[in-house]
Amino acid sequence: MSNRKSNTYSLERRNFLRTGLGVAGALALPGGFIGRAFAADHPSIGTYPAGSSGDSVFIGITVPRTGSYALQGEDELKGYLLAIEHINEGNPLIKKISPKSKKGVLGKKVIYGVADSAAKPNDAVQAQQRFISENKAILMTGATSSAVAVALNKLAQREKVLYVAGISGSNDTTGKDCVRYGFRQCFYGQTAAAALGPVLVKTFGKNKKVAYMTPDYTYGHTVTKSFQDHLATAGWKTTTNQVSPLGSSDFSSYLLNVANSGADVLINVNWGHDAVLSIQQAKQFGILDKMKLVVPYQVPFLAPQVGGGLLAGVYAATDFWWTLEDKYPLAKMFVQAFEKKYGYKPQWGAENAYMEFALWAEAVENAGSFYPPEVIKSYEAGRKINSLVGEVSWRAADHQLIRPVFIVKGKKPSEMRNKEDYWQVVETVPGLPLMQKPDAFGCKLGSYT
Amino acid sequence: MLNWTNFLSQLFNGLVLGALLALISSGLTIIYGTLGLLNLAHGAMFMLGGYAGYVAYHATNSFALAVLAATLFMLVFGILLERLVIRYFYDRPDEDQLLVTFGLSICIVETVRYFFSSMTKTVPPPSMFSGITSMGGVIFPTYRLALIGIVAVALLALYLILYRTRLGLIVRAGIEDSMMVDSLGINVYRVFMIVFGIGAMAAGFAGIVNAPVVSLSPGMGEAILVQTFVVVVIGGVGSFPGAVLGGLIAGEIISLTSMINPAYSYIMLFAAMTLVLVFRPRGLLGKKGRE
Repeated sequence: MSNRKSNTYSLERRNFLRTGLGVAGALALPGGFIGRAFAADHPSIGTYPAGSSGDSVFIGITVPRTGSYALQGEDELKGYLLAIEHINEGNPLIKKISPKSKKGVLGKKVIYGVADSAAKPNDAVQAQQRFISENKAILMTGATSSAVAVALNKLAQREKVLYVAGISGSNDTTGKDCVRYGFRQCFYGQTAAAALGPVLVKTFGKNKKVAYMTPDYTYGHTVTKSFQDHLATAGWKTTTNQVSPLGSSDFSSYLLNVANSGADVLINVNWGHDAVLSIQQAKQFGILDKMKLVVPYQVPFLAPQVGGGLLAGVYAATDFWWTLEDKYPLAKMFVQAFEKKYGYKPQWGAENAYMEFALWAEAVENAGSFYPPEVIKSYEAGRKINSLVGEVSWRAADHQLIRPVFIVKGKKPSEMRNKEDYWQVVETVPGLPLMQKPDAFGCKLGSYT
Repeated sequence: MLNWTNFLSQLFNGLVLGALLALISSGLTIIYGTLGLLNLAHGAMFMLGGYAGYVAYHATNSFALAVLAATLFMLVFGILLERLVIRYFYDRPDEDQLLVTFGLSICIVETVRYFFSSMTKTVPPPSMFSGITSMGGVIFPTYRLALIGIVAVALLALYLILYRTRLGLIVRAGIEDSMMVDSLGINVYRVFMIVFGIGAMAAGFAGIVNAPVVSLSPGMGEAILVQTFVVVVIGGVGSFPGAVLGGLIAGEIISLTSMINPAYSYIMLFAAMTLVLVFRPRGLLGKKGRE
């Protein structure tokens, strides 16, 4: 009943909120190069060729703008919008990632529509279905909940329209629910656990007792499972795993179980607003004074929201932190451009979003066509690509980007150099050794056509 | 995790959760009972009360003043809302009432989001209630303990208004048969306005006293609204004592189930509601034949 109620609620709200649909595109570029997209005579598939026969191509974006992941969804959206702006103007940063890019993608202006998914699969699928039928979308994106990512993966494969995941931490997205038409650039449960696990064992020792707090959907379950598996090798034992529904507000009953579990370490897999509330309430119950807190999958805007220096000394795995600008020149360009446009340092959701679109542009430019099977093959070619976090490449077998994972440690308020200096990057872990074998999680990509 | 310490902690926690649910639900149930209007904006009013208190807290640095300001603000807000919008819907079909209160809740939530963003806002507990209290092996946040008292006082005040005043008499008569009250020459619409104001005030009060427990965010009313409906259904639609009883039952179900398996907390809550609907459709303390 709860779900049904809230679904109707957000459906209405989404209608209320929808923006950006009437993007006034189409007048941008002179004609004359349309032929390029039709260079080879491909059969029609999905929204091809209808979606790319004009002067512009449409991307459907569904991010949560309400609900527990609203804040992270807005940050992610800003990353997408900056990428679109950069792609359309032929920004030097895009050209560094996608050297064949000029203005637009294959000369076509990128336009877009945005819908609020509220992190709910049904809402996201309905909105994307509409973008496909009404706008002939040639690319879909947006998750910020792996439940949404998995649902859109399936839609992508069925409709034969490409999907890039956005924020999605579940192993399933490029594991058992992987599809030929879906791609993910960000880190996930397995790589987070493989990167952060050794740091935790080094810091806290072997044979520890650990309590988990897990949101009750694919992201939570797979991340917790990955950490349990990795830490078991060092003799860490799970004393309790508190599973709560996404969007919980009062965590007291879960936290009492944690408090009475006798654990040494609390690994809190909750994300978004749920992470904020559960950490603040863990403090209320005195748990953070007794147990070491770990946030395995870093949450954008977590530190300023929980406040009170609660994250000082806390370890997390992440996709990106803005101080990486000191290490990667492209990250510096990105952070500067983002901050100039939006007035704050980009969180990893925005970086992830920017990367997804930049990498898509790179794949299409190299394919020389919007024909989906060719774009997919271009992704699967496994080229070395210059990116915001150094050289990366796509793994053809499961469509997961091979990219580094960063371990960050929360700073004490007194250590912060400026008001956004919450985390210190303590380790950069190369991606490939962290990844499972492509078929270990049951990935079968499916057909191109 | 079954052991005595945890059982006592959870039993206690259920009481705290239940008290809050009772308070929020009582506003919802007296509005429905009197006006016959299912107020889907009740969760949003709970949230708005929290934000009003947040603003007042940062202006005055006093939690007591924040509670007072939020409560009064929501009383006025409720009355204005009733005068400007709600009263035009008393004679309209149920679905119109649902749609308008639903629409209002969207407007309230998004207006708050516009001004305060989705960033979580915190209101610290008053200093005398901060920290942790240890009770023979059971530790509990002091403010949550105090909350039981705070909510009990608020519920008592509501009880006194409803059962010991002339206004309360009219309200309760209105719950039984508003047409009869009207034909006795009592201006029932003025009473409706006041009841809506009191309902909003109860939600707002709950919003601010809950703020030190659960930090504020614009969407926080959505989840609580579903729970309050369950409470009202369990307790009996339109019944104030029913809301209190239903709230306490719901709080204990959530808390005690989580001790065995937290994933089943809400399933058990809805199962309880289903049982009530099957065996006692009017709710535990609801009366037969009530409008």
